[in-house]
Amino acid sequence: MDAGAEATPVKVSARDLDVFYGATQALHGITLDARANRVTALIGPSGCGKSTFLRSINRMNDLIAGMRRQGTILLDGRDIHDPDVDVVDLRRRVGMVFQRSNPFPKSIYENVAYGPRIHGVSDRTTLDEIVRTTLEQAALWDEVKDRLGASALSLSGGQQQRLCIARALAVEPEVLLMDEPASALDPLATARIEELIHELKERYTILIVTHNMQQAARVSDTTAYFYMGRLVEMGPTAQIFTNPSKQETEDYITGRFG
Amino acid sequence: MNESTAARPRALDAVAAASSESRRRAARRAESLFGAVVRTAAFAAILVIVLIFVFVGREALPLLWQDATPGHESETVTWSSLAGPTTYPDRPPRHVWQPVSTVPKYNLAPLVVGTLKTTLVAILFAGPLAVLAAILTSEFAPRWVSQVVKPTIELLAGIPSVVLGFFALMVLATWLQQILGVRYRLNALTAGIGLGIAVIPIIYTVAEDALAAVPRSYREASYALGASRWETAVRIVVPAALPGIFAGLALGFGRAVGETMIVLMASGNAALTTWPLTDSVRTLSATIAAELGEVVFGGPHYRVLFLLGVLLFLFTFAVNLAGELTVRRLRERLGGRA
Ligand SMILES: Nc1ncnc2c1ncn2[C@@H]1O[C@H](COP(=O)(O)OP(=O)(O)OP(=O)(O)O)[C@@H](O)[C@H]1O
Ligand SMILES: [Mg+2]
Repeated sequence: MDAGAEATPVKVSARDLDVFYGATQALHGITLDARANRVTALIGPSGCGKSTFLRSINRMNDLIAGMRRQGTILLDGRDIHDPDVDVVDLRRRVGMVFQRSNPFPKSIYENVAYGPRIHGVSDRTTLDEIVRTTLEQAALWDEVKDRLGASALSLSGGQQQRLCIARALAVEPEVLLMDEPASALDPLATARIEELIHELKERYTILIVTHNMQQAARVSDTTAYFYMGRLVEMGPTAQIFTNPSKQETEDYITGRFG
Repeated sequence: MNESTAARPRALDAVAAASSESRRRAARRAESLFGAVVRTAAFAAILVIVLIFVFVGREALPLLWQDATPGHESETVTWSSLAGPTTYPDRPPRHVWQPVSTVPKYNLAPLVVGTLKTTLVAILFAGPLAVLAAILTSEFAPRWVSQVVKPTIELLAGIPSVVLGFFALMVLATWLQQILGVRYRLNALTAGIGLGIAVIPIIYTVAEDALAAVPRSYREASYALGASRWETAVRIVVPAALPGIFAGLALGFGRAVGETMIVLMASGNAALTTWPLTDSVRTLSATIAAELGEVVFGGPHYRVLFLLGVLLFLFTFAVNLAGELTVRRLRERLGGRA
């Protein structure tokens, strides 16, 4: 697995990325490559800037008043801040699953169909097809196929999170950003999501934030350790977990931290 | 962080000591006392409403079972005289409200029609304006614009209705007359728009709160899928806030039905049963306000005015009930678990 980690092309690449919220600097000179069809795990203590980094990749931070950025992020070698890059298109190509599942207060079907609809798909059979395949990809189809018209909020927490994954997949992204997608789930639902991540990486580039070290070890090919807004160490997951080069990383992973 | 773990056991001991049996009992007593106070207050509020209704109804009720006094049959109020048209030997039958006359005529139709006309104009005028303003300030306008517009609209709520009525009477009526070239300055349209101005802050405030209460996470999810501001507002935020927006509309409708001073001043007060909005009208509320001071206590006119009160009460109640049911249905549909 780690041998393969170097083989695929770089999909997302941050270069000297600084992010400020008002006067406080949340990220300091992050330089990081995420490879296509690989899972990159971002780990680190709370408040170290993992979510900030993730949200920089689909420019969700642009919505925060007072946010300032220096440095660049490249998607397929192209600067995502280029004036001629369309944010709408960027966000279609870079999907996001949030820490807390946030389905719309609409039916299960409408949740998944929303993305395709706003990008211009209106044909009912096409939408039906998208809804079915993405729900299958998200391992939710069998549980909801008989009640697609029911409100998404009637699903359990784990089902809601898988619905959010299906919703993100429905616009055919190339990159999937997952911010602690399993933090609110029980072990069984977590296992399903992890299984899912394994399947999804065949087709997507995945960056995942997690506080669960076992999870990072299980699902990721590459692990990046953040601390206080800096990237401390990054490398093949197996190496980071067995033989990190920095003492801080080892302390964090083994739970001796803080 | 390490010293805090060492300090924790002692802190926990303190908590355990604090929640001794007697303290817990005191807390339970405070809790049940609080519950009783809340229940009493709620009950009192309901009781007041019921008492008002009973009082108003009691003054009106004798109308229904009084017998015709011999020699005064024509003055007696009956169901058919309240609802049906007055017949004339030489003219087609008409619905007439003419309580002061040798033969008083208490037909309710003109008043109900007048109330409906002004109220509908008010809601059709204020509803879209207030809801759009709420959407604009909560979703689109830059922060400083919202911070100016919001308090300004809310300030409107503080304007006494006499002042609004005066404005409708003097300014609005003239404008409308110039624009539409209508014959009578004071009519359903003038009064309705005046009413609408009074109702805008109510609808706006409730709708704005509902929009602001839509969780940020819905908007984020929508933006993250590549939706624009418009798409997010129209397809996600507004539908999610719909129950609140409806509640605002129902509240505004209720206020418009009962509002008195503006219609009294700007409607022309002619009890007509006609379709055009540019005809003068007379509403239930304005009729009560204008006539109750001059009626014979306990007489038929007096009782009919109380009947108008009952009608107004039922009207508002029905609107609020319908609004509440709609809101509940919408909420259930959005929330899944019915
Ligand atoms: N909207 C914001 N406005 C101001 N400061 C922010 C904002 N969002 C995050 N921050 C700050 O930026 C820093 C990094 O936050 P971030 O959410 O990226 O951390 P995180 O690593 O995701 O933490 P967690 O593991 O708890 O989710 C924190 O110090 C936080 O307080
Ligand atoms: Mg985070």
